[in-house]
Order: sequence, then structure tokens, then C-alpha cells
Amino acid sequence: MASARVAQTPEDIAQVFLQDVYKMPGGEKLKECIQCGTCSGSCPTSHAMDYTPREIIAAFRAGMLDRVLRSNTVWMCASCYGCTVRCPAGIKLTDIMYELKRLGIRYRIHPKGVSVPMLSRVFVGLVDRYGRNPEGMLLAKFFAQTNPRGLFRLLPLAFRFFSHRRSQLRPSKIRGLAQLRKIGERAEQEEQS
Amino acid sequence: MIYSFYPGCALDASARHYRLSCENVCKALALHLQELEDWNCCGATAYMSVRELRSFAISARNLALAEACGPGTQLVVVCNGCYTVLKKANLYFREYEEVRSRISGALAAGGLEYHGRVKVRHLLDVLANDVGCREIQQQVRRPLQGLRVAPYYGCQIGRPEPSFDHPEYPQTLDALLKALGAEVVHYPLKAECCGGMLMTTSEEVCQGLVRRLLECAVQNGAQCIATLCPLCNVNLEAYQGKLNRRFGTDFVIPVLPFTQLVGLALGIEAKKLGLGMELVPAEKALPIRV
Repeated sequence: MASARVAQTPEDIAQVFLQDVYKMPGGEKLKECIQCGTCSGSCPTSHAMDYTPREIIAAFRAGMLDRVLRSNTVWMCASCYGCTVRCPAGIKLTDIMYELKRLGIRYRIHPKGVSVPMLSRVFVGLVDRYGRNPEGMLLAKFFAQTNPRGLFRLLPLAFRFFSHRRSQLRPSKIRGLAQLRKIGERAEQEEQS
Repeated sequence: MIYSFYPGCALDASARHYRLSCENVCKALALHLQELEDWNCCGATAYMSVRELRSFAISARNLALAEACGPGTQLVVVCNGCYTVLKKANLYFREYEEVRSRISGALAAGGLEYHGRVKVRHLLDVLANDVGCREIQQQVRRPLQGLRVAPYYGCQIGRPEPSFDHPEYPQTLDALLKALGAEVVHYPLKAECCGGMLMTTSEEVCQGLVRRLLECAVQNGAQCIATLCPLCNVNLEAYQGKLNRRFGTDFVIPVLPFTQLVGLALGIEAKKLGLGMELVPAEKALPIRV
């Protein structure tokens, strides 16, 4: 829940981060991190991260959160919640990853090659339009935006699903789309208030 | 009690065989599942990471629609992603005043109300604990004798909030598969992550995760892998060729939604279970012709 304030300096960003995390249910547990590293040891993708989950909290305490945001770290999180269920201090680290993703997107601080923000944007756009997520269209739009060559590489796979009667040619649209939009828009206003 | 079925988006596309087998298995077990009218996407991880409250709110629309079906409605889900997201939205709504009032405000804008009365369940939980493994065992017509299965739960089914099984070493699917007569192989990575959508955004990292999962299953003698989630299912089955080219491995292991195995053991015909729709053919491993 990034607040509406415009953050410029690393200090500002850290401030917004803290405010938002403390607003999260159970967010104040962040203070209780003992740097044991259980999160990093449990994370299936920490080997591919520039900073491990433990280091995120260390970096935040050292006033270097912006370095984390400029790295690939949070975009490697697959949302398995392994860190969250094991943390002895009860820190919801996956939720913190989400918050950092939101901050990164909001202030456009993320490495160039990171494509998760685009995936999220395309996903959100499709759900807003159909009320559901047409998988094939999601992938096609995503690759068209990020890596048009990937589209061609996707074709054999798309064909395999098609020939096994496992693709949806026309996305289905829900009837309550107007209602869904109203709900979404109101939530958005709430989020920013 | 009413079971309201929430199929989720994948069940109309890449997991159509999962839907077929869910529907026919429930029918055979006289479990009345009624599809939730006009359900919408739960938002999944992609939505939640960008717009949290909005993600809770669109999830809550499903919960509100389910609640309106009648008292005691349970929302039955067959995807780990939907399960986690809907359960999380439900829990935050129930337990945190501020989140609740915001979600309620958003729902009111769409003319809906929610009171937190719906329970979100995974179909595995319903089959194993409501119908019961013993009851299912008694209805087995075609035991899966000699079939060695790796039970893959995926990561999100028991996390982050307490659910019907252990977050790290779940047992429910093992028990169900044993009731079907199958041989359940030792599968220590059964609740490790398949990478989920990382297959799209960080393919190489994700391939490494999937490789470990497949290797572990094969080394422990599995002839097929049973899954509980359409995304796990796709990750494990669709990229085996790519993995083989990249790592020099030779994976050819069928990956099946667990309901296909349940249906098979119950004696339901292959076509009604969507058998034959898997990308890596299961025919050789299975006791019947597909």
C-alpha cells in the first residue's frame, strides 16, 4: 500500500517503506529481525538474488534500501512463502517483498531487464477487461511488450497445448464486469487515501 | 452445507483436463459441487504484488457471491494460487479491522456485502477429509496397483496461513493416493516451489527449480507425478524437452492433476477424465489404455 507521497531520495523511500510496512497486518514485526538467515536459507531462489532476503532487512537498517530496489532481488521472489512460515520472529517477508515490488514499480526503481512489472501490468489490464485471466493472451501480450522474439519461441508450446485441446481461443468475459470495475476502482481510491 | 466450486482461470484453458476430472470425480462420489455463478479472477500473485487492496477486493467479490449462495457455503478451489489468494483475502478481512472496512467499502461500491462467513477449501481437503480416504477406498473399482506416484503438493497449499496440512511436509495427498492403491514414492521436495510465474519472467532460474523436482521424483522411482495446481502442472510437464536440451537430462515423466488418478481408480472412463490430454503421455504408466 504505497502512500501517495512522492519519494525522491533514498531516505524518503525508506520512510515510505517503513510507513507502508507498519500499516500491513503484523508489519511491526520487522523490528524483531535477528538476522539469523533462516529466510535466505529457505528461499529456493536466493542463489539467484543480488541481495538475499536477510540482506534486505540489513540493507534497510543501514539506510541502503535503494540498493536493494536497484537489484534483481525482489523480482526473483516466486511467492512460495517459505521464508514467511519459517521466520522465528514471525516477519511476513513475502508481504515485504510485495511491498518492495510496489515501491519499485511506483518510483520506477528497478533494473532494466526486469519484466515482472510488465507482466503485472498486462495481467491487471486483462483482468480489468475480462474479469478473468486468459492465459494465452497474457503470454502473447507480455512477450509482445518485452521480447517479441520470445513470441516465436512460444509458438511450438502454444501449438502443443492447442493440439491437446488445452487452449482457450476466445477469452470469456464475466457478466458483472461493471460491478468488478467499480469494486476495483473504489479499492484503488481507498488504497491511496 | 453448500460446496461452491471456484474453478479459476486455468481450468478453462491449459487445465481443461483438470476441470473434466474434477467434475466427474465429484459426480461419482455424489459430492454436489455447484460452480460459483459469474466468478472472477482471484488476482493471483501478479495482481497482488502491484495493487494489494484491489487484489483483496476483487477476491472478496468471489467470497461475497459465495456467501450469497446460502449459509455455510464453502468455496472449493483446485489451484494453489487461487487457494492462497482467496484464503489470505478472507483471513485479512476477518482479522484486521482496517482491511475489513476498506474491502467492505469497495464491495459496497459494487452493491455487494460480505460478512466473512465463507470458508475456502482445496478440493484435496474436501475429498480426503469430508468424503474421507476410507470411503473413497471402498469405492475404488480399479486399484492403481503397482503405479508409483510422486505426490507433488506445491508450495502455496499449506502457506502462509495454517491450513489443513503441514506447510513443509504435507501428508494428505499421500494418504489419498494410497487409498487408491497406488504406491507413493518418497518425495522430500513435495512442498518445494516450482517457480510459478518465474517460468515467464526468469526462465533459467525457474528451469533449475523444476529440474530438481523432476530429478527427485525420477530418482525415487516415480512413474508419474500427481499435482494439485494447474500452474505447477504446466511447469512440471511442459518444459521437460527444454530441460533435457539444456541440462542433458532425459525426463519423460507424465504429470497428472490428482483428480485424474482418483477418477481412474474409481473406474471412470479415461475420456471423462481428460486422460490423453497430458503433454507427456501417461498411457504406459497407467493400468488402462487411454
